[in-house]
Amino acid sequence: MECKKSPSIFDNSLSPSYDLMVMLNGSVIEVSNLRKTYKSIAAIDDVSFQVREGEIFGLLGPNGAGKTTTVECLQGLRHRDSGIIKVLGFDPEADASSLKKLIGSQLQESALPDRIKVWEALDLFASTGKIAVDWSALIEQWGLKEKRNAAFGTLSGGQRQRLLIALALVNNPKVVFLDEMTTGLDPAARRVTWDLIKAIRDRGTTVILVTHFMDEAENLCDRIAIMNNGKLAALDTPQNLINIHANQIKVIFSTERTDIDWLKTVPHVHTFSRNGRQVAVEGDGPVLALVASELVKHGIVPLDLRKEQPSLEDVFLKITGRSVVE
Amino acid sequence: MKSLLKLTWVELKLFFREPLTLVFSFALPVVFLLVMGGVFGNKPDTTGMHIYRGVGAVNYYNPAYIALVLASIGIVAMPVHLTAYRERRVLKRFHASSLSVWHIVGSQVLVSFFIAVLGSILLTIVSMLVYHSEAPKMWGYLIPAFILGTLCFTSLGVMLGAILPNTRAAQGVGLMLFFVMMILGGAGPPPEVMGTVMRDVGKATPIWYVIELLQDPWLGFGWQVIASLIVGGITLVATAITVKFFKWD
Repeated sequence: MECKKSPSIFDNSLSPSYDLMVMLNGSVIEVSNLRKTYKSIAAIDDVSFQVREGEIFGLLGPNGAGKTTTVECLQGLRHRDSGIIKVLGFDPEADASSLKKLIGSQLQESALPDRIKVWEALDLFASTGKIAVDWSALIEQWGLKEKRNAAFGTLSGGQRQRLLIALALVNNPKVVFLDEMTTGLDPAARRVTWDLIKAIRDRGTTVILVTHFMDEAENLCDRIAIMNNGKLAALDTPQNLINIHANQIKVIFSTERTDIDWLKTVPHVHTFSRNGRQVAVEGDGPVLALVASELVKHGIVPLDLRKEQPSLEDVFLKITGRSVVE
Repeated sequence: MKSLLKLTWVELKLFFREPLTLVFSFALPVVFLLVMGGVFGNKPDTTGMHIYRGVGAVNYYNPAYIALVLASIGIVAMPVHLTAYRERRVLKRFHASSLSVWHIVGSQVLVSFFIAVLGSILLTIVSMLVYHSEAPKMWGYLIPAFILGTLCFTSLGVMLGAILPNTRAAQGVGLMLFFVMMILGGAGPPPEVMGTVMRDVGKATPIWYVIELLQDPWLGFGWQVIASLIVGGITLVATAITVKFFKWD
């Protein structure tokens, strides 16, 4: 069988195994059996996954799940205990300097010197890439044009965060790592940021997104890896995660009546629970219609009868046993 | 190389935007020179005690305060700057880009040299204009002595930045070391009038030897071999400690 090599959009200076890797399975990042221990506590415990070229890959999980440690290992910022990592064909530790020119990074809670000006920061980080980049478009896209000559210390939290994201993109990276990128942004700025990140993906950049926001992960990510206690608990598209892990439909209504044990006998109902006046019924398929008709038959006509679609939040709760906002 | 120059240029601008370090590197040495010159003048000592090595006080202090400029850059400014970088994860962000340790250290060295040259010229112009002090006598020895002295204090500054845990510690330790060195190391009262204990403490500080190294060629006494070995040794040890303990976060 003849294998015809498609012309690579990447320049030839990438590592030789990179083209091969993308050609064989379309992945730009390969992680196998990654382990990292801090003082006998396993921060990352045998994690393996692949990230495909041009996707937004989300890492979701409660605090301390190992998300940040994982992306820091991928960027060569942390030494791993064992496992294999290939990012664009490079080992992040052994080939650090070659790799770092090709990736962009926005770190959690990192800052810049207070007195550095916005344009100076962009100019400095632009010089660390492989090719010279014109950062004037970025300054406009990320709404920093008026703040061009402002010192970092005088920026608002949202402006700082937008600058740090812009800096992650200023060297035209092939892969960009964003760790809690919308922290400190107001809701409108978050939406704008999501659109900009999608646009970056659409231009072919692979995005690794660490987040604890469910809506962000659901909206933005092509695939999501849920981490818990250092382990990879699930990995799939948002819709598949919901279909597989949260296939239960919730029907909710309020009533004063307490004689509702008959609900259990309604077909497609699995369980129900009561919290004050509110009753939550879990079931599947046509459960809403069946519960509704039985309620009417029993003379209960609640005004607030509704169905709740399972969301990523339910998946998260089921997998990690924790809600995100605790 | 391009990144190193960009980083150096930014660091230089940041240095000039920090009022505290400007005071220590430019204003303080000049003020001391003016005060000491005002008190002691620039006439060589005739009492036979050979105070100020037998030369005028301002001639004596001019190279000594150049050493003070170097010390203020390395001991006061740099440790605070670098610990703040680590504390605020600026270093980590640099690490995530293709900037290496050598970019960071290299830019600090270049900035040090620039500030050191500027501060030294300022100091010398003031002492020449106000007290008609003498120009350096042996440039061929003075220039390497200046380079060695600057490297020594830069390496100490980077080392303190690497081993001190936070900016508070860096401020405390830096200022304490600076004032001890300023008063006892040879930039304060003339060593000839200090007691033995004071002199021994002074001799335990690096500035003592950097001053000797600068003063001798300045006054025409030649090259201080022992001082140069000590200053070089301190530089090497400080660099080794930095390499061992440097952390990005």
